Amino acid sequence: MKKVTYAADKGGYQKKVVAKSALIYAALILLTLICLIPIWILVVNATRQHNDIASHGLSLLPNTYLFKNIDTLRSNALYTSFFHPIIGMRNSLIIAGSCAALTVFFAGLTAYGIVVYEFKAKGLMFTFIIAVMMVPAQVTAVGFMKLLVSWKLLDSYIPLILPAIAAPAIVFFMRQYMLSSFPLDIIEAARIDGSSEFRTFLTIAIPMMKPAFAVQAIFAFISKWNDYYNQSLVLVSGDYHKNTMPMMIQGVMGIDRNPDYGANYAAIFLSIIPVVVVYLVLSRFIIGGVAAGGVKE
Amino acid sequence: MATAAQRRIKSVSYAKYGYIFTAPFFIVYFIFMLYPLIQTFILAFYGNGESNKLHEAGTCIHNFVGTSNFRAILLGGEDRASRAIHKEFFHYFGNTLIIWIGNFIPQICLSLLLAVWFTDLRVKMPGKGFFKVVMYMPNIITAASVAALFMSLCGNSKYSVLNNFLLNHNYIDEAVQFATNKWSSRIIVMFIQIWMWFGNTMIMLMSGIQGINESLFEAAEIDGANSRQTFWRITFPLLKTIMVYTLLTSMIGGLQMFDIPYMFHTGNIINEHIATVAIFIYDFFHKDYLHPSYGYSAAASVVLFVITAILGALVFYVQRDKDAIELRKKRKAARKEAQRKAARGGGLGL
Repeated sequence: MKKVTYAADKGGYQKKVVAKSALIYAALILLTLICLIPIWILVVNATRQHNDIASHGLSLLPNTYLFKNIDTLRSNALYTSFFHPIIGMRNSLIIAGSCAALTVFFAGLTAYGIVVYEFKAKGLMFTFIIAVMMVPAQVTAVGFMKLLVSWKLLDSYIPLILPAIAAPAIVFFMRQYMLSSFPLDIIEAARIDGSSEFRTFLTIAIPMMKPAFAVQAIFAFISKWNDYYNQSLVLVSGDYHKNTMPMMIQGVMGIDRNPDYGANYAAIFLSIIPVVVVYLVLSRFIIGGVAAGGVKE
Repeated sequence: MATAAQRRIKSVSYAKYGYIFTAPFFIVYFIFMLYPLIQTFILAFYGNGESNKLHEAGTCIHNFVGTSNFRAILLGGEDRASRAIHKEFFHYFGNTLIIWIGNFIPQICLSLLLAVWFTDLRVKMPGKGFFKVVMYMPNIITAASVAALFMSLCGNSKYSVLNNFLLNHNYIDEAVQFATNKWSSRIIVMFIQIWMWFGNTMIMLMSGIQGINESLFEAAEIDGANSRQTFWRITFPLLKTIMVYTLLTSMIGGLQMFDIPYMFHTGNIINEHIATVAIFIYDFFHKDYLHPSYGYSAAASVVLFVITAILGALVFYVQRDKDAIELRKKRKAARKEAQRKAARGGGLGL
């Protein structure tokens, strides 16, 4: 008797679970489509001719004009005055790459200094880092601009790269990580073996904290690659030799007379390809990093 | 003997390395962030260089004007120019609030729902990783490209996907100015913000839910609670702290909203219906960067700073318990460590 009820209940329960799972699945697929469709339309339209887009509108199947559109970007004077994907990517790569390297190295060094050593200002330093973590970039922008003008740093990469040394949020993350998974005894052992303090950091601390360094480097890279605000603040001349990818895309949007839609889409397509590829390759790291709370900058 | 040895051990001090290792961070921070921040506060009390356009680049003089920038922005001041500034600031501030609310409420509901689904033990879900990867993807795409993409999808041009579709099917007779009209442009910006950020919020909430003791969910299931009961009685109350944290950080982020509203237009005119406070600040000192109007920008920055500081203080207030407990634990550990070290030192001495 008991067994029968149990079996019947179990059947009902499972039916419910299946129904619920199906419902959730439908919703998730819908959301996935919403996430992907804009990007898919972009990819498709990047492979279509302007006339085709203009007369036929929406299409979900790619065409073969991608390279012709890229040729238009490289030959049409409307685009060549500001849009050079290779130069833009190179500049973005220089800025984002050096920022990522500086950020993780110095954030690691600072966190190491605060965690490992006992000194008077330690508590004060940590409080300071927490306090300034949330100061928005916009608030310092006016003073930053004045500094750039008076020190003649406009149109230079120095003010874009050098400040990456001081990333409070990443120092905070590194400190939390070190406290939870870096045994301090090992430093003691290294000292006994005669390793200098800096060498201990380089050859023992960095390899041991590789996961944290990797995640933060990826985030720093992506956020600097995407950072339009500071780049447009500093690079004021509009010279495409110095401009970065986001600024070139901003230029594409500035065309209001007779744009070639195929070429426009191709330009946007070229600008998002590197980030999307990096993301898809490293997605496991990135999502793990977001879950660990390491994205806020 | 023992005391002499102890003294020798103590004389090896590593404290200086603490200063050496942290020095680069603080030097760079003071030069590139703290100094500009202080400059911003000072410039807020100086003029906008109105009569100094003739000066050479970078040398235009800004006179001390007291609190008149703040009065102009917050109260409207006496003359027509400052009343216009006042109106513009509050218009932009209102836009910021409207866009933030319109993006945050749907976003948190959607993210919470998804986070609960993804962490529900009872729902079997192959491909969970795939969904997470796809839903987080819009967040990593360059904002400039996203703005350009949505401009091509639903911009003013008759060739934009939306207009083209409506025209081809004869729903409309001529292209609708989606990117310029007051509410359509705001809704598009809200949608873009949700599209870009819901994956991020979802993953943060998920890690919050996973932090809840699993045995609570198991106990609830054994006691016969259904999903709704589990959510309202267990997940939601225990998630409150992280929700408030998300709310406050999203507010701080929302106040800085710049990229999408700034770039969602064609040509060179920014749409005033979606212009935010960050654009207000940026415009005044950057439009003519060699003869900038620092004053209004700086005063608006200070206002923004004060609001952010209040929100930031609230974040710490919300998280205070956890931190206090952690601090106490750390102190205890440090004390024990010190005792152990002392004992070890003594032992060595013997």
